Amino acid sequence: MEYLNIAFQEVYKILFLLIPVLVSVALIVWLDRRVWAFVQKRQGPNVVGPFGLLQSLADALKYIFKEIIIPSSSNKVIFILAPIVTMTLALIAWAVIPFSATQVLADINVGILYLFAVSSLGVYGIIMGGWASNSKYPFLGAIRSAAQMVSYEVSIGVIIINVLLCVGSLNLNEIVLAQQNMWFIIPLFPMFVIFFISALAETNRPPFDLPEAEAELVAGYQTEYSGMMYAMFWLGEYANILLMCAMGAILFLGGWMSPIELYPFTLVPGAIWLILKILFLFILFALVKAIVPRYRYDQLMRLGWKVFLPLSLTWVVLTASYLFYFNLLPTN
Amino acid sequence: MIAHSIFFYTFSIIAVISAIMVTASKNTVHSVFFLILDFISISCLFIMIGAEFLGMIMLIVYVGAVAVLFLFVVMMLNVAQQKNQWFASKESSKHIPVGLIISVIIFFELIIVIAGWKYKPDLFDINNSFKAFSISNTHSLGQVLYTDYIHIFQISGMILLVAMVGAIVLTFRKREGVKKQSYIKQISRERSEGVHVLEVETNKGVKIDD
Repeated sequence: MEYLNIAFQEVYKILFLLIPVLVSVALIVWLDRRVWAFVQKRQGPNVVGPFGLLQSLADALKYIFKEIIIPSSSNKVIFILAPIVTMTLALIAWAVIPFSATQVLADINVGILYLFAVSSLGVYGIIMGGWASNSKYPFLGAIRSAAQMVSYEVSIGVIIINVLLCVGSLNLNEIVLAQQNMWFIIPLFPMFVIFFISALAETNRPPFDLPEAEAELVAGYQTEYSGMMYAMFWLGEYANILLMCAMGAILFLGGWMSPIELYPFTLVPGAIWLILKILFLFILFALVKAIVPRYRYDQLMRLGWKVFLPLSLTWVVLTASYLFYFNLLPTN
Repeated sequence: MIAHSIFFYTFSIIAVISAIMVTASKNTVHSVFFLILDFISISCLFIMIGAEFLGMIMLIVYVGAVAVLFLFVVMMLNVAQQKNQWFASKESSKHIPVGLIISVIIFFELIIVIAGWKYKPDLFDINNSFKAFSISNTHSLGQVLYTDYIHIFQISGMILLVAMVGAIVLTFRKREGVKKQSYIKQISRERSEGVHVLEVETNKGVKIDD
């Protein structure tokens, strides 16, 4: 009985986290399209519901009622597993995101490593989908994306080391609390820029959306997918983008802390601040999509390995020597 | 404790079954996927005994990078349709003794490690050192690695670096006739070198690309 009670409490907590995440994914798709439209002097989706807010809901409904087509020469088990893997990995990572000092589903000691591990597993959904489709375009897209995600993960890992040197803990809440006096975006600004660009590449967003470059690969790894399975890929992708934004907000923008520790600002709950910071980063993501042309693949690889990796490694040495020289290394 | 043992047996059964399936499945890509499942369940086991750092690093390094490269190679080589006549053919039976010797050696090594633990239980007293410092697994790992074992740690890093450089040297070759793009040239191009405005006389034309 006691176990059941605990289990029900956990399920309740998980639902309380997951349903807002899924709803915000739907809203964020709408926001993405609106920002994209405004940059290009169009209106964007504005018909369904107030300001077109329910557009994503209508799209989802359409996808649910469409037929799921499974190619006869595909590897069926893996073909069906791929969107499930993408979606699940995008959602389980939210377990460690702290919304305030106490509001976190799992306050684990190695939170940032968990986030990094889950985001690096995201490549499997794409590879599985691309390979199991048994078709040229999905396979090419999957191979591109595997190489791209593995390359940019390296620089994201090194950037995380930069932040960890300043914090001295892998716990996400402690990373947030370490930014009480100064957000890490100020001393580590170049790292924030590199993190932002690497996050674009990691989530296959334009200008690095080569895995699904429609001019060359039709739709990349999603070509053979239809109906709800396509929608799951799509939801997982946007949940991943939101996750990368949350990671950026926690690592560099002070997470759930208010920008100024003064009376009217501290009244606002931490979750609101975190959501505002995620939204700010997401609007930057959407703007980049609207204004930057797509990279060529060799340029993308060069940027990851020959520019970002040496830069961030040098910055690790710089940060470590600065902290060591001025005796600022965190100890406990 | 019941929940703990339920989780332990679930993960270890998944680990053992997927390890068997890695060798047993006919499709090579499937065996790589089973290998990934094996890695994931073993990292869950690591987390369950309190070695959360090791578990996460296992996920990041093995599942996130190494297995992706495995999968990459297996998919590119198109060895998925390998025929399952390994034991039947004469050529492969030559490898069976070698494999047997290696597996016997590994088996005895495992027995030696477990026996050493049995006869000298305080050889690796992990629990006590945790209690003494009251710090997390990651902290204690870092403190040991970067103080007592710093030289071994550095040497192992150097060995990996040498292996990496060796692999690059072995596979690197200069090919003739490859057109390369210079990024600096491309970026620093200006209008004056790219565009020429010419007066074209009627019926004569101009010569370009001289």
